Amino acid sequence: MPKSVTGLAAPLPLANVDTDVIMPKRFLITITREGLAEGTFADLRFDEAGNIRPEFVLNKAPWKNASILIVGDNFGCGSSREHAVWGMGQMGLTAAIGTGFAGIFYDNARKNGLVLPIVTPEARDAMLDLAAAGDGLEISIDIENRNIIAGEMSVPFEMDDATQASIIRGGDDTLDSLEHAEAIRAFEAKLGDKMRVSVLK
Amino acid sequence: MTRTLYDKLVDTHKVCDLPGGDILLYVDFHIMNEYTSPQAFSGLEQKGLKVWRPEAHLSVVDHVNPTRSRAPHDAASKVLIDNLEANCTKHGIAFYGLGDRRQGIEHVVVPEQGLVSPGMVIACGDSHTTTYGAFGALGFGIGTSEVEHVLATQTLRYKRLKTMLVEVEGDLAAGVTAKDIIMKVVQVVGAGGANGYAVEFAGVAIRAQGMAGRMTICNMAVELGGRAALIAADDKAYGMAAGKPHSDGLAFDSEQWASDEGAEFDRIVTIDAAEIPPLVSWGTSPDQSVSIEGFVPDGAADMTPKAKAALDRAIAYMGLTAGQSVQDIRIDSAFIGSCTNSRIEDLRAAAKVLKGRKVAAGVQAIIVPGSTLTRMQAEAEGLDKIFADAGFDWRPESGCSMCLAMNDDIAMDGERVASSTNRNFEGRQGRGARTHLMSPAMVAAAAISGHLADVRSFTPEPE
Ligand code: SF4
Repeated sequence: MPKSVTGLAAPLPLANVDTDVIMPKRFLITITREGLAEGTFADLRFDEAGNIRPEFVLNKAPWKNASILIVGDNFGCGSSREHAVWGMGQMGLTAAIGTGFAGIFYDNARKNGLVLPIVTPEARDAMLDLAAAGDGLEISIDIENRNIIAGEMSVPFEMDDATQASIIRGGDDTLDSLEHAEAIRAFEAKLGDKMRVSVLK
Repeated sequence: MTRTLYDKLVDTHKVCDLPGGDILLYVDFHIMNEYTSPQAFSGLEQKGLKVWRPEAHLSVVDHVNPTRSRAPHDAASKVLIDNLEANCTKHGIAFYGLGDRRQGIEHVVVPEQGLVSPGMVIACGDSHTTTYGAFGALGFGIGTSEVEHVLATQTLRYKRLKTMLVEVEGDLAAGVTAKDIIMKVVQVVGAGGANGYAVEFAGVAIRAQGMAGRMTICNMAVELGGRAALIAADDKAYGMAAGKPHSDGLAFDSEQWASDEGAEFDRIVTIDAAEIPPLVSWGTSPDQSVSIEGFVPDGAADMTPKAKAALDRAIAYMGLTAGQSVQDIRIDSAFIGSCTNSRIEDLRAAAKVLKGRKVAAGVQAIIVPGSTLTRMQAEAEGLDKIFADAGFDWRPESGCSMCLAMNDDIAMDGERVASSTNRNFEGRQGRGARTHLMSPAMVAAAAISGHLADVRSFTPEPE
């Protein structure tokens, strides 16, 4: 997995972009993870008749080729649907830089290697302006050193240690946690009878 | 050392420490629905893993099923429902499907069945799992990868949250409900204002609430970004947890499930209950709300251009005019339902307003009880008749319905809905649909009036 990601940044300054905006519910009637690129930001990208909305940033040059978003406050709020993160990945997005993300979205991103650096409102606003200008802005996110290079700017970001390690290392949390099977069994052995839920009972 | 309720819940469920500050957290009970679990089961399949403890999980069909009849309304929804049942059969997991009298919205079903008790840790692939905080239990929403993780290990990799105390002191004014309390809190703290926090609610006005009201409050804590919501367990919580089909002996009695006297919080917010009016949302984020006697905002003079643009966008989407009185907002439909406000207490409150009155001409009004058992209880009390006589469409099946419109109950482009639900996002109830959040009694008042209305001007019919 990468220690850094680089790409063209697109400005998406809306605040409170919820997971239904990222992945509208009509794309959730599925039992697989695939085929979600089309649904990502669908109502922003397309009108009701399915025509491209030319005014939407990801439909315009040069941002059509963006792989990094600079986003508004509280991005990813709302429903827990991981489909939002899967879709962003399938659309070719590797990172979103913001001032804060909703908790479930943040954890879903970590599981799928989507990088979410947290910066100050001032730094975010400055990057929004740079990204919105003419030819766009090439950004490089150094995950290991928690630092973003955006044009002339060098911006430190926040990311907790476990998320940082997980993004760099990749791997599979489920399999990794099963290495603690003994500890889980020991914990369960200490639970009283009344502390074992049995829905089947 | 003094500890918060949150600390106690995390400490008692810690299996071991992990590198990077995470811990492995034991999950006592896990709930699944039909749309966030399929890929978790296929993940198990691909990795050749078993479910660690099948009896600690429950699956409920609630999001995609129609409420007019039992049959799935299209082939794709049927695939989701059948897939969940097949996965549960294969792994020996309890499944409450359509036609099962225990079926309903997951967060209504679980307390009804006695599957939540003070001191538990509960996870579910749904953001409103915060509801269980009403019992002094730690409930939180997870994504599908974490659903897979909890199926395979009965644990989650967990990062300790910061703590926020929201104290609501004093008595509520007449006509003001739990829904108004939480809408006020969202307004004060802001959508996302509690990102990274576990929020504990305390104070006289919280303790005075019954369990239904406390569940409404904890349910919507996620709208301020709270990953968990908590209320100290008291006699009311223990009382409701007892005597249900699954509550026999379910007890987590190692601690007193309340924050210690003097426990420290990272942030404290205090709200005066007497100052809370009945609220309605006017915008497209749950923190955009105003008193029913108020006006659509026209923006403060010192607003940044960005904030002004966001305000204008919300007002334009909602089809409103800055400065207009919210009571002049005419509605097309009324919806009572969702895990926020579809319990028997909510139905009684709405019925009290509706009794002897009629829904205004041109307003389409729908009521979907939160669960099959809730519906049966309401019918036994004759509430269905009150709703039907008033002109509400009393739905025979339960589910999320028009809370998120994943079934066939969809608001049309531009349709304006007075709704007892929890989210007024753009497109939440249908593409282009406009949602106004409020308490169920306020939805009833709006339905009768044909526009947003003050429930305090509706005196109940004499018995
Ligand atoms: S009722 Fe609404 S908020 Fe509650 S679980 Fe269903 S869709 Fe989610």
